[in-house]
Amino acid sequence: MRIVAVCGMGIGTSVLLKMNIEKVLAQLGVSASVEAVDMTTARTAGFDADIIMTTPDLLPLLDGLAAKIIEIEHFFDLEELHTKLTRALG
Amino acid sequence: MANNALLEAFGEGSIAVGVAASTAQEAVMAAGSLLVASGRTSSAYTDAMLKTLEELGPYFVIAPSIAIAHAGPSSAVLSAGLSLAVLAAPIAFGNQANDPVTLVFGLCALDHDSHLEVLAQLAEVLIEPERVNILLNASTETDIRLALA
Repeated sequence: MRIVAVCGMGIGTSVLLKMNIEKVLAQLGVSASVEAVDMTTARTAGFDADIIMTTPDLLPLLDGLAAKIIEIEHFFDLEELHTKLTRALG
Repeated sequence: MANNALLEAFGEGSIAVGVAASTAQEAVMAAGSLLVASGRTSSAYTDAMLKTLEELGPYFVIAPSIAIAHAGPSSAVLSAGLSLAVLAAPIAFGNQANDPVTLVFGLCALDHDSHLEVLAQLAEVLIEPERVNILLNASTETDIRLALA
């Protein structure tokens, strides 16, 4: 399982999101690799992930990717992350 | 203090309260100027932050009231750091979920890894609603440093 947090630059907001995703995965007892990447990397041909997590504003830029995409509105609301990750992990 | 890395990331002159801004651009410029004032970036970095806003929109408003303005690593970054502009009055950035914004952080990094401890400590602060409340209502830099510590 490869989960990727995507933001514009891959150094700020996606890193914060990655940290909180890891917290929630630990709560759920799910082991997965979580990476923070920038938008350019995510849109490179051959980029591969099971789940992409990002903000609603960046969603249109990720159109057409094969991964399941989850939009997160409030990065520090672990309940939102918990609910949406649980649903995506099905 | 537990959050030494975080406190050191905010250099002297990097925090301002009661900042006047009426647009997202002005707010990002304020956070960028504080990075310049504290010796972490040159003004070209502020221009790059504004370009990010223009090209990708206000995606970096990642929680209610909180924006983390930044650009990518470049020669305009002298050393990794943070700044914080607490706006005098909240303003809309155009982020549906999290507007209006009062806390505008500026972030700069030299690469993808060396500032991770700082971000981890910042995340621990922003995950606590009580501490975010203190930041929102801060009237001095001392209030802010105490909430970050």
